[in-house]
Amino acid sequence: MSDNAITDTLQPDGFVGIVEDWSADKQAFQVPWGKAMMWIFLLSDTFIFSCFLTSYMNVRMSTTVPWPNPSEVFALTILGNHIPLVLIAIMTFILISSSGTMAMAVNFGYRKNRKATALLMVATALFGASFVGMQAFEWTKLIVEEGVRPWGNPMGAAQFGSCFFMITGFHGLHVSAGVIYLSIITFKVNRGDYDRSNNYEAVEIAGLYWHFVDLVWVFIFAFFYLW
Amino acid sequence: MAYVALADRGQILSHPHSFITKYIWSQDHKVIAIQYGITAISVGVVALVLSAMMRLQLGFPDTFSLIAPDEYYQFVTMHGMIMVIYLLTALFLGGFGNYLIPLMIGARDMVFPYLNMLSYWVYLLSVIILMASFFVVGGPTGAGWTLYPPQAILFGTPGAEWGILLMLISLAVFIVAFTMGGLNYVTTVLQARTRGMTLMRMPLSVWGIFTATVLGLLAFPALLVSAIMMTLDRLLGTSFFMPAIVSMGEQTNYGGGSPVLFQHLFWFFGHPEVYIVALPAFGIVSDLLSTHARKNIFGYRMMVWAIILIGGLSFIVWAHHMYVSGMNPYFGFFFATTTLIIAVPTAIKVYNWVLTLWRGNIHLRVPMLFAIGFIFTFVHGGLTGIFLGNVVVDLPLSDTYFVVAHFHMVMGVSPILVVFGAIYHWYPKITGRMFNETMGKFHFWLTFLGTYSIYLPMHYLGFLGVPRRYYAYEGIEFIPESALQLNSGITIAALFVAVVQILFFVNMIWSLFYGKKAEGNPWGATTLEWQTPQTPPIHGNWGDELPEVHRWAYDYSVPGEAIDFIPQNVPANDNPEAHRT
Ligand code: HEM
Ligand SMILES: [Cu+2]
Repeated sequence: MSDNAITDTLQPDGFVGIVEDWSADKQAFQVPWGKAMMWIFLLSDTFIFSCFLTSYMNVRMSTTVPWPNPSEVFALTILGNHIPLVLIAIMTFILISSSGTMAMAVNFGYRKNRKATALLMVATALFGASFVGMQAFEWTKLIVEEGVRPWGNPMGAAQFGSCFFMITGFHGLHVSAGVIYLSIITFKVNRGDYDRSNNYEAVEIAGLYWHFVDLVWVFIFAFFYLW
Repeated sequence: MAYVALADRGQILSHPHSFITKYIWSQDHKVIAIQYGITAISVGVVALVLSAMMRLQLGFPDTFSLIAPDEYYQFVTMHGMIMVIYLLTALFLGGFGNYLIPLMIGARDMVFPYLNMLSYWVYLLSVIILMASFFVVGGPTGAGWTLYPPQAILFGTPGAEWGILLMLISLAVFIVAFTMGGLNYVTTVLQARTRGMTLMRMPLSVWGIFTATVLGLLAFPALLVSAIMMTLDRLLGTSFFMPAIVSMGEQTNYGGGSPVLFQHLFWFFGHPEVYIVALPAFGIVSDLLSTHARKNIFGYRMMVWAIILIGGLSFIVWAHHMYVSGMNPYFGFFFATTTLIIAVPTAIKVYNWVLTLWRGNIHLRVPMLFAIGFIFTFVHGGLTGIFLGNVVVDLPLSDTYFVVAHFHMVMGVSPILVVFGAIYHWYPKITGRMFNETMGKFHFWLTFLGTYSIYLPMHYLGFLGVPRRYYAYEGIEFIPESALQLNSGITIAALFVAVVQILFFVNMIWSLFYGKKAEGNPWGATTLEWQTPQTPPIHGNWGDELPEVHRWAYDYSVPGEAIDFIPQNVPANDNPEAHRT
């Protein structure tokens, strides 16, 4: 290898490219610091959620009392029709849509389209906020109408409520933090900060976080509501 | 959008001017490192005092009645937790990681200095919360550093009122602090190296700290989750970890939870934690040995891969701490096997250290003494680890003093020796002064021999079946009188070692003011931190230009060269013996 190793000119593709990137000097990934750091953070956060979900599965199996039936507990009666899981379906749909608007915002960011980026990010944040709002509604209904408490509930195993509040709560905090984070970045987009630096990578980094929070929700949805 | 690497960019650092921004709210990685170091060592002294109190009780139960049985539990717990987390983890990663990473890879600072600064202040907060538990109603928790439920949160265990909550909160806060720092260290190593600094030219110290940080980022989540769940069990009465249980004669409201789940989560964190402490020590000790033996590290690439392999394997051995909790024999077999497999890369490292010394030009300076001492204590603790890794051997030895001796050797004494060696080694760079060599040598010999006389006899106590975490042993039939006398001896050694540490503190503080002025590179070392234009390095570390790296970190005693080391930033010549990759 030449003494000064690789410069960021042409790089070979595929496996050779990966090896060369890794054995080069200066940096291992051709990405900005913030993005690299966000990826690493999300990896760590993945471990947090994995621990939560495996713990949930573990107590669900260890508890001695039957587990309540989620599609019954999370049913709503709308106009006289009893529909299982309807609220949660809407919430999931909203969150996934927000990932769509976020992806579009990132795309417009790359094209340096300030207006469109800002608008789409506002939409994303609003979707996120409405998700949190519906979650609050869901919690209230469970607590007030169904009598579910973290330490017990009339339907079955006490761990049902414990896991539900803990895991959806922790995820809800992630969404709320995401809404705040998106709002700050939107504000900066709108102020023209990234036009001046000619660099919209902050939008993409926020997008990474947002997609991650979405993805986690899919797992929570599958493991908690569908199992 | 082509992204320009740091080394190819001009970087502007604004230099702080007021005292406050320079030394207190500082974003300079070197100042943050020192803040971490001083805080960690200060709590470490608290933990040391606690252990002295425990030893007084154990050695002379009738002469000194300084502490009550409740307090013994509290002191064991606080001692263990402080030593492992708040001293060693914080010191190796927050202290040495912060100081060494940017200097060794040729960066001006961590990639996000502000986050780095926050990391320290949040760490300080976690320490304050932990210390606060000494002053609340009921005192600190006495659950043992493993915090096993159900007893950890049931009344009857000391500190069940507030102590356990403060412990859990403090841990959570610590994890936040660690994450902020850890993300910085990892990103800096991956993304902010200088020109010519490839991953395979990095000094092993950086490799050790880097891998340990990755382990931390993946292992602390399990501790965070278990801390959250236990807090909920204690505060809201959930039953994640709590089975139906009678406590103090009354049926509690708990039911259906799984105490073993906690053990799994705790040790999924706890075992990698051992390596979070050990890997930086491995890395640093490699550099100390190579520098002071004036010889390249033996098998550099093997050393790197061993670090990575150990790091990876450390995630699949955790249940060797749970043999006595009861498990499917096939699981026991699996975890015993993985545990023994880890011994292979570890042994490779030990061989390589010894082979580095082999026919080297050994200078027995203070850092080198500590590094060689480490090899002894580590081999010793490592060998007893192989005993304990086997299920049938572990069952009778578990929860005896054999275990106490084992883990003190391997993750107490060994890393601490490296900490001392490293502080002596980098002291001239950090302060610009030389320490007193004679005092340092006394410090080494008394500490080294002293700790051996503490822990060697403990193995024997373990074989006798003397249980750990006991307040007193009088009147236990199977424990002979001689064991009690041995205990007194151990206590005398422990107190001696504790007092000897005064030598270290006096040396450090005295030399800070009156030590001989140090040159930039007093040991003739090759790594970049010794090549800074100023000593101690100023904010920004390098002059206008970042250094450029042309060789690996271990060009010592290259045949055909006039001097016995070639710094990493010296341009390549045509000497074929010099190591360029
Ligand atoms: C001179 C130094 C030290 C002395 C005299 C000492 C002494 C002790 C004593 C007396 C115990 C309680 C044993 C029992 O009753 O079960 C203990 C436990 C422990 N020590 Fe140390 N220790 C020292 C240094 C360290 C260091 C450097 C570490 C860092 C890893 C450490 C980690 C622990 C841990 C994890 C426990 C177990 C706590 C528990 O059982 O919950 N100790 N030590
Ligand atoms: Cu282990």
